[in-house]
Amino acid sequence: MLRSVVVLFAVAMTSFSTGFAQVAVHVTPPDVNGTRTLQEQTATAAIRDYLEAWQSFKTALEQNRIDVLDQDFIGTEKDKLIQTIQEQDAAGIRTTYQDRVHDIQIVFYSPDGLSLELTDNAEYDVQVLDHSKSVGTQRVRTRYIVVMTPAETRWRVRVFEAVNE
Amino acid sequence: MRFVVLLAVLAVASMDNALAQVDSLGFPRTVQAGSAFSVQFEGNGQGTLYIVGPGQVLKRDVRLGETTYFSASSLCNAGHYLAVLSAGSSSSKGEFDVLPASKPADVSFLAKPSRLPVGLRNGITGAVYVFDGYHNLIASPMPVQFELANPSGGTQTRSTVTRYGAAWTEFDSTPQQGVDKFLARIGDITSSRIVRQVPGDPCGLKMSATQAGEKLHLVTEPVRDCSGNSVPDGTIVTFTQTYRGAQSTVDVPLKRGIAEVEMPSHAGATISVASGVVLGNQIQWER
Repeated sequence: MLRSVVVLFAVAMTSFSTGFAQVAVHVTPPDVNGTRTLQEQTATAAIRDYLEAWQSFKTALEQNRIDVLDQDFIGTEKDKLIQTIQEQDAAGIRTTYQDRVHDIQIVFYSPDGLSLELTDNAEYDVQVLDHSKSVGTQRVRTRYIVVMTPAETRWRVRVFEAVNE
Repeated sequence: MRFVVLLAVLAVASMDNALAQVDSLGFPRTVQAGSAFSVQFEGNGQGTLYIVGPGQVLKRDVRLGETTYFSASSLCNAGHYLAVLSAGSSSSKGEFDVLPASKPADVSFLAKPSRLPVGLRNGITGAVYVFDGYHNLIASPMPVQFELANPSGGTQTRSTVTRYGAAWTEFDSTPQQGVDKFLARIGDITSSRIVRQVPGDPCGLKMSATQAGEKLHLVTEPVRDCSGNSVPDGTIVTFTQTYRGAQSTVDVPLKRGIAEVEMPSHAGATISVASGVVLGNQIQWER
């Protein structure tokens, strides 16, 4: 089952490379803590939607646009990102996030099927721009814990938190 | 002499350890969400400090060579942060993590379903996510206790530990109908949900027939599920009479636990009773 998930994201890699820089996406077989069987379609949809959420996140923080978050973020996480964008806007800052590597694993699927949790060992470049002038760029490697919940037609990110390990 | 060398080694080791606790800019490697901290930047003159992360952004003018204080509410959102200090034409960078507060303050408790039949194996499920006071997911393992208490005082308990901030459990629904309280407890924090357990399908459905004048009076025994709970009034019971190839059916709702009806009396008729997919007994009427 998961072999096909990896294949799917090999395809995803190609499509993401048409944007800015190439993004390497690796999906590790799930280590699901729960009794509910994780179907292949569910896993692929959640990971696809998570990667699309990264695109929204990047656009939102680069252009200080709140509206692009609507499709992919929900709840407190959306509120936190909105707050960040408002803080950036007030300070005349923009930040560009260029993701390079995602190493994703689904680690929890709730018994009722209403939430799913994944980890992402992500590598990305962050650039800080103050009134369009770059003040610094840094490559970051960190692990994100992501909680997603299903909406009408897609999975949305409810928690997006880098953890210290 | 050996003691002095040992002391020197320990002193160097502790200094390395202290250096490992701060990044190149002087930020602590980790800061607890919502806690105050301070940083002293090297050099002299003025600079601009940028702290950026998905959860929060700060921009602040700082004086180099002096201690810069960050109040308790400065950084509340857990995550990985990049710090950039820009002074004149040069800039220096550092990274640090804001960690969730260690004490849980909120639990997101998803319990399903809110209503189910009695006696269902693993029919009740619950999942929790544990958050601190700033709604940061606490990823470190935390003990969680789940309880399912029924009105008669019986309690089922399960203990587990969160993994990546999440934990789950499942319980059998009890044999007794009623309103159960489903509770998740993490430290001092509790969250509860109501689970209504209703009788299952009828079990051992049985009727009897008596002559009532020209008619046949059919009545069920009190209808109960397999655990002995009374099936609720309003549940439909179907009486079917087959006579000389013709079939007549009457649907009757349960009233006070029983269903009764009068049908034409035909010697040689076959009468059966059912409720939903549950079949009861069959009577061959010979009078």
